[in-house]
Amino acid sequence: MMKLLSQRLLGPVTLVLLALTFWLGLWVTPPDKVQGNLARLLYVHPAIAWVALYLSFGTATIASALYLWKRSRSLVMDRVAHCAVEVSLVFIILTLITGSLWGRPTWGVWWAWDARLTSTAILGVFAVGYLAIRRANDDVEQRARRSAVVAILAAINVPIIHFSVQWWKTLHQGASVFTPGGNFKVHGIMLTTLFISLAAFTLLFFWLLRARYRVEVVRDERQRVSLDEALAQRRREGVH
Amino acid sequence: MIRTALLVAAKDLRIERRSRVLLWQVLPFGVMALVLSGLALGPTHAGHSSAGPGLFYLVMLLVALLMINRSQVIEGTPGTQASVATLGLDPAGVFLGKALALAVELWLTGLVLLGGSVLVLHTALVGTLSALPSVVVTLGALAAAGTLYGALSGGGQGPATLLPVLSLPAFSPLLIAGERSFSAALHGGGLWRWWLISLVALVAYLGVGILLYGVLEES
Amino acid sequence: MSSPSPEVTLRDAVVLVGGFPLLSGVNLDLAASSLTVVTGANGAGKTSLLRLLAGLVTLTSGSGAVAGVDLKGDLRELRRRVGWLGHEGSFYDDLSASENLTFAATALARPTSEVANVLERVGLASRATTSAKQLSAGQRRRLGLAWLLLRRPALWLLDEPYASLDDEGRTFFDHLIGDVVASGATVVVSAHDPLRSSSLAPRTITLAGGLVVADRS
Repeated sequence: MMKLLSQRLLGPVTLVLLALTFWLGLWVTPPDKVQGNLARLLYVHPAIAWVALYLSFGTATIASALYLWKRSRSLVMDRVAHCAVEVSLVFIILTLITGSLWGRPTWGVWWAWDARLTSTAILGVFAVGYLAIRRANDDVEQRARRSAVVAILAAINVPIIHFSVQWWKTLHQGASVFTPGGNFKVHGIMLTTLFISLAAFTLLFFWLLRARYRVEVVRDERQRVSLDEALAQRRREGVH
Repeated sequence: MIRTALLVAAKDLRIERRSRVLLWQVLPFGVMALVLSGLALGPTHAGHSSAGPGLFYLVMLLVALLMINRSQVIEGTPGTQASVATLGLDPAGVFLGKALALAVELWLTGLVLLGGSVLVLHTALVGTLSALPSVVVTLGALAAAGTLYGALSGGGQGPATLLPVLSLPAFSPLLIAGERSFSAALHGGGLWRWWLISLVALVAYLGVGILLYGVLEES
Repeated sequence: MSSPSPEVTLRDAVVLVGGFPLLSGVNLDLAASSLTVVTGANGAGKTSLLRLLAGLVTLTSGSGAVAGVDLKGDLRELRRRVGWLGHEGSFYDDLSASENLTFAATALARPTSEVANVLERVGLASRATTSAKQLSAGQRRRLGLAWLLLRRPALWLLDEPYASLDDEGRTFFDHLIGDVVASGATVVVSAHDPLRSSSLAPRTITLAGGLVVADRS
């Protein structure tokens, strides 16, 4: 019952929260004292980045680790990891676009050698590599094993890349939401909008993941049917 | 594991010594790439030593791609891979052996290209020599990572175009760490952070390789 | 050798690779210390059957056991118990004949002094220091056999060993295979045609479409 309810409600609730985020972010909240209307990107960029860098890559990493662990090895985990990386790539691209939109008026350039921007772009190439290795392997088990290892290596690389680029050079705006002491920098309706946006994009991730997973299940089922046909045809070669 | 590693490393290096691919194909490519880097900078900046460390590591990454591919191709035809698979070698040992052989080849190439960077990019000799330990660690990490990504990209049987897109993002922190520590050796500055990056990468790749190389061999 | 009886049992064995059924439901029992020849047209599934028995491809469906190891179990353990001779060469081309065998002997923790003996036995003693890629097709096949003689596996899997061999080479192979079977090992050979040998009386199974379509003892 609960499962059915959550399945039915996930889409509508996501859409309502997204609409609420945009309404609050664009019309209700006031412009920032320093950054003006540019600060409205705060209501989408951190939430998109949270999905791209933590939620979806985290999901892919856990699913890949569960696939590699023999006791929990199942193609369900492989499918979850694959779908999560695809969704992650979309959100990484959105992170880079929204980051650039903020960077152009702030830094004066579309691309700056900033730690988070650079490491996000590198992570995007990791995601492309993950999807490339899947296309290069036809065998289901081999593809699952290799791509799981690629995902684990990418996860290990995330902190290494992050610190190396951060130490290399950083321009990125400091923490926008929290002070170093852990207290909130933004208040009132702005903070509420920020939390709604985080909830909206988190739900959007799960909604997209579920939709993508369903496509993959249908594709696998279709492949199974075509394999049955191929098997029957191959057996006929033996009979004649 | 260590016995297997030494056996595999000795075999790979012996094959390299016989075929001389490193000497006649990879090294000339590296030297030419270094010269081209200087040409790409233009006459005003070509002899400017501040670009030397970065160009050295960029060329090393390109050379490493060739060597990683070669390290997998020497495993031979599927027939050879099949008969070697029936020897029952410990996969962790095979990984360590291949990584060690690749590291030795990268160190030798690195030594020649460091000489090249002193010569054509005018990096200071004393600074370049004092960068040697960090070059050894960074190229060691590159060898461990490269061995893993080489196996992932198909073990010499897969498309050669897959290796760069898989491995270059993972090599990027090594490029940064290597370049920074080399520059610090030349011009002064904090070193520990860059050593830390290279060491963490080295340990992480060795750990993952020892644990997961067998999973790739199952393929 | 402590390995159990190397008999082969396959039930409805299906092997799919890249969406194509290489084997489409093989049923087969092979007794220990026997010689079996697998014949069939190109693409019938001969090499795939041998690769399945060697643990080099995974069983997609069906069941089976080879050399006491379940085909859905530890394939690495299975690979340790079988010997493989591929038709496209089974060793490192840039190493000499003796270096290849020394590598195998060291990997198997066998004394390297055995290398000279097996080279002598396959008639390659005079080619010990020749690089593998400079050997003729027949000599390469003999080097592959030498590798297997070092291995002393319970189950020998020879993929098209007679291809491009002259009469002398075929006779040599026949003698050696006869000796190996007599010593208690099981041998499975793939070949385009049934064996011409008069000295060996193998069981011959024929594959077509990834299935066993004929079985003659």
